[in-house]
This record gives sequence, C-alpha cells and structure tokens, in this order.
Amino acid sequence: MGDYIELIIACIFVNNILLAQFLGNCPFLGTSKKMETAVGMSMAVIFVLVLAGVFTWCINDWILVPYGLEYLKTISFILVIASLVQFVEMFLKKSIPALYAGLGIFLPLITTNCAVMGVCLINIKSEYNFTMTLISSFAYAAGFGLALILFAGVRERILLARVPKPLQDTSIGLVTAGIIALAFYTFKGMV
Amino acid sequence: MTEAILLMLGIGATCGLILAVASKVFYVYEDPRIAKIEGLLAGANCGGCGFAGCSAAAQAVVEGIAPPSVCIVAGSEAAAQVGAVMGIESSTAEPLRSYNNCDGGNRAADRYFYSGISGCRAASALYGGRRECKIGCLGFGDCVKSCLFDAIKVGDNGYPVVDEDKCVGCGACYSACPKNIIEIKTVSQRLLHLNDELDALAPCRQRCPAQIDIPRYISQIKKHDFEGAVRTIRERNPLLLSCGRVCPHPCEDDCRRGVADDEPVSINQLKRFAADYEMNSGSRVPVRCAPATGKKVAVIGGGPAGLSCAFFLRRVGHDVTIFEAMPKLGGMIRYGIPEYRLPKKVLEWEIDGILNLGIKAFTHVKLGTDITVESLKSSGFDAIFLGIGAWKDYGLGIEGDNLKGCYTGIDFLTKFSVNQQGDSKLTVPIGTKCAVVGGGNTAIDCVRTLVRLGVKDVYIVYRRTRKEMPANMVEIEAAEHEGIKFIFLAAPNRVLGDDNGQVKGLEYLKMELGEPDASGRRRPVPVEGSETVIEIDMLITAIGQGPDISFKDKEEGKRISELKTTRWDTIDSVDPITLQSNIPYIFSAGDAATGASLVVEAIGGGRRAARSIDLFLKGEPVVAAESTLFGKKKISESIFKTVPGVKKTKRTPLPELPVKERIKSFVEADLVISEKDAIFESGRCLSCCRLCYNQDQ
Repeated sequence: MGDYIELIIACIFVNNILLAQFLGNCPFLGTSKKMETAVGMSMAVIFVLVLAGVFTWCINDWILVPYGLEYLKTISFILVIASLVQFVEMFLKKSIPALYAGLGIFLPLITTNCAVMGVCLINIKSEYNFTMTLISSFAYAAGFGLALILFAGVRERILLARVPKPLQDTSIGLVTAGIIALAFYTFKGMV
Repeated sequence: MTEAILLMLGIGATCGLILAVASKVFYVYEDPRIAKIEGLLAGANCGGCGFAGCSAAAQAVVEGIAPPSVCIVAGSEAAAQVGAVMGIESSTAEPLRSYNNCDGGNRAADRYFYSGISGCRAASALYGGRRECKIGCLGFGDCVKSCLFDAIKVGDNGYPVVDEDKCVGCGACYSACPKNIIEIKTVSQRLLHLNDELDALAPCRQRCPAQIDIPRYISQIKKHDFEGAVRTIRERNPLLLSCGRVCPHPCEDDCRRGVADDEPVSINQLKRFAADYEMNSGSRVPVRCAPATGKKVAVIGGGPAGLSCAFFLRRVGHDVTIFEAMPKLGGMIRYGIPEYRLPKKVLEWEIDGILNLGIKAFTHVKLGTDITVESLKSSGFDAIFLGIGAWKDYGLGIEGDNLKGCYTGIDFLTKFSVNQQGDSKLTVPIGTKCAVVGGGNTAIDCVRTLVRLGVKDVYIVYRRTRKEMPANMVEIEAAEHEGIKFIFLAAPNRVLGDDNGQVKGLEYLKMELGEPDASGRRRPVPVEGSETVIEIDMLITAIGQGPDISFKDKEEGKRISELKTTRWDTIDSVDPITLQSNIPYIFSAGDAATGASLVVEAIGGGRRAARSIDLFLKGEPVVAAESTLFGKKKISESIFKTVPGVKKTKRTPLPELPVKERIKSFVEADLVISEKDAIFESGRCLSCCRLCYNQDQ
C-alpha cells in the first residue's frame, strides 16, 4: 500500500509530467488562458490517459514482449492511442452524449499529445505491473490537471498585472511556468 | 523483420477493423443536410450566431431552431443557398453591426495613460475602469484584439473605429469590452434608440429634441468628412436643410463652451453647412433601408413630424404611405415658414430625398373628408400616425375681429404661400398699414412677409415686453432691423371699422407687468383708461394655434371618436415618450400632440412615434425604459457650472443679406457659412462627452 501512495505522490508532484518532465507543453500554454477550459482539458486528459496507459501496457506485455519486438513500441503506441481516442469519441457520442458534450472538443486535441505518449512509455520503461500502470497513469494525469489548473489561475491573475509589452501573453506565460516548475522542484528528493 | 511487419500490419488491421465496426455500431444518424449546410457557412467558428461553432449552427438550422440566415458572416447569398438546401425561402435579417459610442475627442493621450497595463479588462479590474467617467472608453483596444475580421482599429483619436464593411456583427468586441462601449446593433436598433441616462451624452445632445449626435457630426466636419456629418445628422433628423435654417437651436443654450462664459458653438450653422454641402454637391448621400417587413403604416400629415416618422419607419423596413391635405408636402415648414427663411426649392430637394426611399405620398387628401381612420384600417394599414399639426388659429374674441381686412396668422401665411407657389389664384388683399397681434414666430413671420410685400407701416402689438416674446431672438432682431414697429404692453380691446365694414383702426389698452404667472412670465395687467387707437387697414391675429380635430366628429360611433384629446385639442398620448394614443394603433407627434412648437421637436416626436410603431408592429410592448432621457431630464453629473481650461473665442457670425436688399424680395435672408468658417467653428467645439472635454491649449 505504501508503494502505491509513494507512486501517486511521485507521479503527481515529484515527476509532474508538465513541470518536471516538460511534456505536453502545447496544451499547457494553449488551454490555460481560461479556468473553464483548463478544467475541461484536465478531465479529458485523465479519461484518455487512464485508458491509453492500460491499453499500451496490454499491447506491450501480451504482444511486443513475447515476440521480442519492444523496439516497435513507439510506433505501435501512436497507432493504438490514435485509434483509441477515435473509438472513445464515437462511443461517447452514441452512448454518453452528456459526457461527449463536455469532453468532445478536447478529445481530438489529445490524440497526438506527447504527455499521453510519454506516460505510456514511462510506464513501460519503469516496468510497472498492471496495477502500478493503472495508478501511475491516473496520477500523472491528475498531476497534469493540477499543474494546468494552477497555471490557469495564475494566468488569469496575470491579466491584472502590469506586464511590460515585450513580455506579454506567451512570454510571461513561459516565465511563470518556469517559476512554478521551480516551486515543484522542491518536491525532488521527497520520494 | 517479418515479425515486425506482420505485427504492424496486424495492429493496423485490427485498429481499422475495430473502428469500422465501431462506426457502424456507434453510428449516430446525422442528417446529410447538416454537412451540406456546414459547408455553406463561413467556417469561422466565431460564435456570432449564438451557437457553439459552425457545425452546431448547421445542426440548429436543420432542426429548425435557427433560420437559414443564421450565419452573420457568410452573408445573404449563403443564406439563400442554405434556404435552398432546407427547401425554405430565406428572409435575410438585417445585419448586426458593431458601433462605438464613446468619442475620445483628442484627449486620448491624456486619458489612456496607465503605467504598463495594456488591456482594458485589466484596467477595468484594477481601477474599476474609471478614468474620466465611469462609462467611457479605456482605449487599450481589447476590442481590436478580439476581432477576427480585422474590422476594428484604434483611430487617431484613440478610441475604436469600426469598419462597417468588414464588420459582421459577431459580437466578439462587445463581449471583450469591459465597459459596454461597443454596441452590437442593427441599423434599425440604432436609428430608433432613445437617449438614455446611461449613455455617454454631451449636454447639447441631451438638450436637442431630435437627439442628434452633435459632437460626432461636428468632429466629422472638422475632419472634412462632410458626407459623414450628413449621415450622422440623418440618423436622427431627416430634415437637416430645413432645420439648419429655421431651428432655434436649443442645443446651443446648453453648449459647454457657453457655460464657460464664452459664446456657444454655432451648432446650427454647422448643421446647415453640412446640409448645404450635400445639396450643392449634386449627389445625395445614400441612405440605407432595412429589408421589407411587409407591414403597412399610414402617415397622416406630411409636415415635419409626418415626414420624420415616415422616414424612420421606411428606414427600418416598413411600407409607408403619407396622406397630405395640402397641395404639397411639408406642412407648416412649407406653408407657415416664409420663402425668405426656407426657400421652397431647398425644401423640395429635401422632401424628394425622403420620398426617394420608397415612400408613397398622396396630396389633397384630407382626413375626415377624403379618408377616415376606419377606411385606412380596412384597406390594410397596420398602424396610423397622426401628424396633423396645429392649423387652427385662435381668435382674439373681441368686438370687430371679423371685419374685412382681418386675418389670422396661419391662415394668412398659408393663403399667401399657396398663391406664391402657384397652387391657387386666391390672393390676400394687402393693406398699407398693418398690425399683427402676437409675439410668437408666426407673428414675426407675418410682419416680415408684410414688409417684403411693400407695406409701409407694420406694427407688432404684443401684450408683454420684448423679453417675454416667445419668438426666436434672431427673428426678433431681424424684424427690428427690417423696420417693424413694436408696440409692447398693449392688449387689443376692440377693432374699429368704417361704414363698409373695412378695418380702420385697432384700439388697445396699455398694460403693465404684474406678478409672474404659471409660465414664469410676468402677467400683464391693463391700465385703466389707457385706451389708444392706431390707424390700420389690415389686422392679423397670430396669438397661437391648435390642432383641427374635426375629423373625430365625422366618424361618429366609430372607434376613432373615442380618441382622447386634451383641452387644447391636442391628441393625448398615454406616455409623452411613446406617443401612443388611447387607441393602440394610433400614434401622434408634432404640433398635433404638443400644441404649436418647434420643427425639431416635431422631428424628434416623429422618430419616437416611429419607434413605438415599430414596437407595436412587432408585437412588443410599447414602452420606454425608465432611464430614458426626455424633456427636462438631464444627466446631472454632465451639467457643469464652470468649465476650466476654456479660452474665449468669438463665434462665427451669421452671414445675412443686407437689410436694404432683403426687404425688397423673398430671397433667402440668411446665408450659409463658408467652408473655412465651418472648419474654424467646428474647431471651437470642445468635443464634450458625459464628463470630459478638450481644453483649449
């Protein structure tokens, strides 16, 4: 049990996918201007990442490893994740229209997201078992959500600040991201 | 290697297969028309239609929630194509356009300085957005950044300028602006907007009965954009040539430059300059009308109120027909205002411009005789506007006032004018010594007409003093210059006649001023035994006039006979702002509603009535917002007692023909100012808004 808690803390804070590993910066800057969008994006990432993590673990463990084809994992994961997202989109549209209405516009954004891909590859590299994969996928996604929502809040406040012209918008966004990352750096060594 | 290829093929095939199956299993029926319509929409995903993106809009069209004209970007052609896909005819709605209602003057640099902030939202959040006044523009251009169509830029003056051709009315700027500076309105909504306490209004705009955007057109004149000035004036006043000549310009009384112990800006001269510029340029500034609504309105009376009402109703898309009792349109401004103040040629040009919009007009048609309210209703008119004016002179009610040689003011002016315009051979025999009783504009018009007809001795008999005369000061001065003899503090007592029943004298009582009466003017009290006689052979009574409401009695038992009127015979409105009468489909404005008043008052009333008629025809409640500015109501914070930073400058004098020349003929006496003077005079304008103004450097 202690391992799992440690894993969760490691994934959310210490190895935060956005602020420690710098993966998925595109939606980090793109969907963080408004709190509303940030929350929607976080939910969609959690949803997709858990599914993708589990799926890619299965592919890896049941197909790639038995045939010694680990070197194909990147390309096959891309294929699988893309199809998965498409599938999920269709499934939601038909079966859970309410959820589709909420997450719909974000799903295509995640199809080729490096954060999703990155987490799947990290799971394999760290040689997690199925439960660990499930937990780490969820925790990384939660970390992504946490960072995104924190960042969106900060950016909304930045609007009120006197930002010099050359630093406006994305520039100040990146500077802020750096400072938040620095704050997250203090978690290093916790686990 | 083989394994790898097989694996990739396997995964690919499996994914493809699963997706193919899924697309069947999870298939959601989507109307093929949705895709087709989406292709026709602009694809800008601007959200201006109110739906979440273009595909949502297309879906809404197919579901019948939205009309084919839903897309505001794609325009009317696409709307027609969408209509074709849906198999329904598309009626293009009038496009929405963005409109900036805060004029930064040329004080933007001073107003828009905040250390380092670069967004209106931020400034608004930090400082509550209050720089000069709580409603004004902050000038950081959040609206510019929000515009997807490059239709807004921050102009030279530092406030947003909308390019109407590029604007699609999506509303992005409207939602971006934290101060409600940018309004998204259709042209119709803008035309029918009434001044409101929450608007950014300069004092002159609050005073003008027609609610013309005075600072805007003056600044356009300053920038040599004379056509723009004409367009601005025409948003509120279709009779700019006439008003430019005859308006007593109450706006100038409230001019902030005037408050600063300086002479007010010569606003009306500038209006006349812009109006004359258009007339002399040889081409008319185009006037746009909204798509037809299919509703018919009858306007009875082709005077200023009727023409104004018809103009605005036509511009918002209604079908308007004017019925006029006299031989030509124009009402009091044609028959009551003499040629030397408003040449008929000018009036003709002005009225033609209004009728050119597609307004039908019938003359020689009198309400009560040739048409009735009932007959109009039954021939399909949805609403009726009564702009019948005040054409019935009040009589003196003294002994001998019906002798030969006695006339009433309006009657005299009308008969003379009809004859002068060649519409009748009836002439008025003119005497050699004439007295006109009364102190209003009608009396002055009578005496100045008489002077021009060669009458040697022309008297004005008025029971109070010059100070109390209701006529315009300019007019009184002009009459004095032209040699009119004023007899003040004199109340006619009796008209003396000779044996043939011809007037030979007027006996009056001398008066002295007593206590002020209800109107605030000191009441004249007769002096005992002061009877004086002046020798005259013609007498004109011009002591006021009221509407002729005899048409009511001619439709005994019909609904119209229930029309409520006041004790002055004016038509009673439920609310003086909406001008709707107690019979819901009847509206009235102008002298018929207010009693004899200013032309500009009638024009403003005509527009207010047009607004009410438009609401009535759309089935909406005919009401005005509580915060509507009307009558004496003013935005108190905008009325200053002192105006610092203003240097005294002389206003441009009114050019007029020399007295000797002008009293010989009916040639227009007042002239238009030169372009140079107009630019100078417009430069005197402080470009006031609610609180701010340009200080003289």
